[in-house]
Amino acid sequence: MSKIKFIEASGAEHVVEAKDGQSVMQAAMDNLVPGIVAECGGFANCATCHVYVDEAWGAKVPPPEPNEKDMIDCAFHVQPNSRLSCQITVTPALDGMVVRLPISQTGE
Amino acid sequence: MRENVVIVGAGQAGGELATGLRQRGFSGSITLVGDEDHPPYQRPPLSKGFLMGKIPQEGLYLKPHETYGRFDITLRLRTRVESIDRASKHAVLSDGSRLPYDKLALATGGHARRLSLPGIDVGRLENVFSLRSIADVESLRGAFVPGRRLVIIGGGYVGLEIAAVAAQLGLNVTLLEAAPRLLARVTGPEVSAFIEGVHRSHGVQFRLSAEVRGFSLDASQRQAVGVDISCQGVQERIDADLVLVGIGLVPNTGLASAAGLAVDNGIVVDEFACTADPSILAIGDCANQPSAYTGGRIRLESVPNAIEHARVAASTILGQREPSTATPWFWSEQYDLKLQMVGLSSGYERCITRGDPSSKAFSAFYLKGSRILAADVIGRPADFMAAKRLVTGRTPVEPERLADEGIPLAKVAA
Ligand SMILES: Cc1cc2nc3c(=O)[nH]c(=O)nc-3n(C[C@H](O)[C@H](O)[C@H](O)COP(=O)(O)OP(=O)(O)OC[C@H]3O[C@@H](n4cnc5c(N)ncnc54)[C@H](O)[C@@H]3O)c2cc1C
Ligand code: FES
Repeated sequence: MSKIKFIEASGAEHVVEAKDGQSVMQAAMDNLVPGIVAECGGFANCATCHVYVDEAWGAKVPPPEPNEKDMIDCAFHVQPNSRLSCQITVTPALDGMVVRLPISQTGE
Repeated sequence: MRENVVIVGAGQAGGELATGLRQRGFSGSITLVGDEDHPPYQRPPLSKGFLMGKIPQEGLYLKPHETYGRFDITLRLRTRVESIDRASKHAVLSDGSRLPYDKLALATGGHARRLSLPGIDVGRLENVFSLRSIADVESLRGAFVPGRRLVIIGGGYVGLEIAAVAAQLGLNVTLLEAAPRLLARVTGPEVSAFIEGVHRSHGVQFRLSAEVRGFSLDASQRQAVGVDISCQGVQERIDADLVLVGIGLVPNTGLASAAGLAVDNGIVVDEFACTADPSILAIGDCANQPSAYTGGRIRLESVPNAIEHARVAASTILGQREPSTATPWFWSEQYDLKLQMVGLSSGYERCITRGDPSSKAFSAFYLKGSRILAADVIGRPADFMAAKRLVTGRTPVEPERLADEGIPLAKVAA
């Protein structure tokens, strides 16, 4: 189990217990964290699970695969620390990680 | 007074509505009734990674079982809603109990369309399958053995995904399609030809313009041993060890019509997901809704639609009326190819492609005048993201610039 803190664009915080081996997206889903839509169910097809990985944790998260990178480059409200949360696997090294959510996953 | 919401169908849309209501602060009671053995799960992997054996069953569940209890959502599985008593506002369940509701949401999805052949009860044949649920995959798995001859009837996305898995697992696959090309209703000829070529290179055989005339049965009359077809006037028997029928979905509208609600290719709802009875909503695959995208009515079979429609219904139940503005989109996976589709191409005038089909990375844009109605994107995820914006924004484009790979898609607007 690792703790992950999700911070909505409004500032609302949600700290969840994530299971090691699951994705950060799934940890949000299991705990009904608002702001992550995850239309494709975790297969890097939709970019509606977009998050900003807090700077302090960036180096601890393995870099994106090319497909994820391409999706992110053209997502909405992109920042240098943007990632698809379905492509980040929870490990003990990520215990305490903070991720922030964009204003909207769909640009609307 | 605590409001009672009853959701019929624990699938993608029903599950999303239940959890979405709680997420947004709904404090009434929520009961999710489903006739399957499982909590709400994703169906797309059924014909992809799950059939391939790459994803465990729990990996399909949208949320683990315990999440529902933790958020005070009553999940009643293996239970059918048999009828709706609109006068007293009760749902009547298969176990005989009656659930009172203030709001009832029908999220009943659909069932696989049956193949009807004169003189044969296809549903009783032991080696003829359809694929809609985890239970379907479980019964199909045992027959999915390398070297067996699989005949797939229907060349839509699901049939093609199953063909890809089967070919990779070493079955001998023949796919029968009634139209002269694959995916004829949803894509242009360029994409149809490309997909067909990819499958052929993996050993899949095709019979296009094929009309299924009947099945040849074994002596017990319980197994199909061949599919009899007529292909442009030529009769042929395709030998089969197992047959998969993938000829589309029929929406589950029986409850609604028995309750006197309007049904026309789906349960008829307004832009707020309401039927004519203000206490009853319908969402997802089973609903026929007005579409901001086409301007007409539409029934969509996709996960993004199920999620969006559940969001609209949650807003309605919470008393905030927010119609859907979403653009339809869909994805598929075949072999190592990633396909992403946005919009609906019907009525397009010309198709412009970018990239090179021989490199297995290209996009096809379907235009009407200077507007992109839809796009099929293969192996170019950045194009998909850009196309989604252009289609959603109804942005006029310059077709010449669209065809020029040197110009980024973000800069093709007229
Ligand atoms: C093999 C396959 C592959 C797919 N691939 C993709 C894809 O790649 N991308 C995509 O976007 N979409 C895909 N889809 C479509 C997508 O899965 C559906 O659009 C989505 O599941 C619709 O959700 P729904 O809740 O409306 O219906 P469903 O998920 O079908 O759920 C309806 C549920 O209601 C239950 N039910 C019905 N009547 C009753 C009753 N009276 N009482 C209790 N329960 C009842 C049903 O048993 C079912 O569990 C695929 C579908 C299949 C079958
Ligand atoms: S859930 Fe679709 S890209 Fe992550």
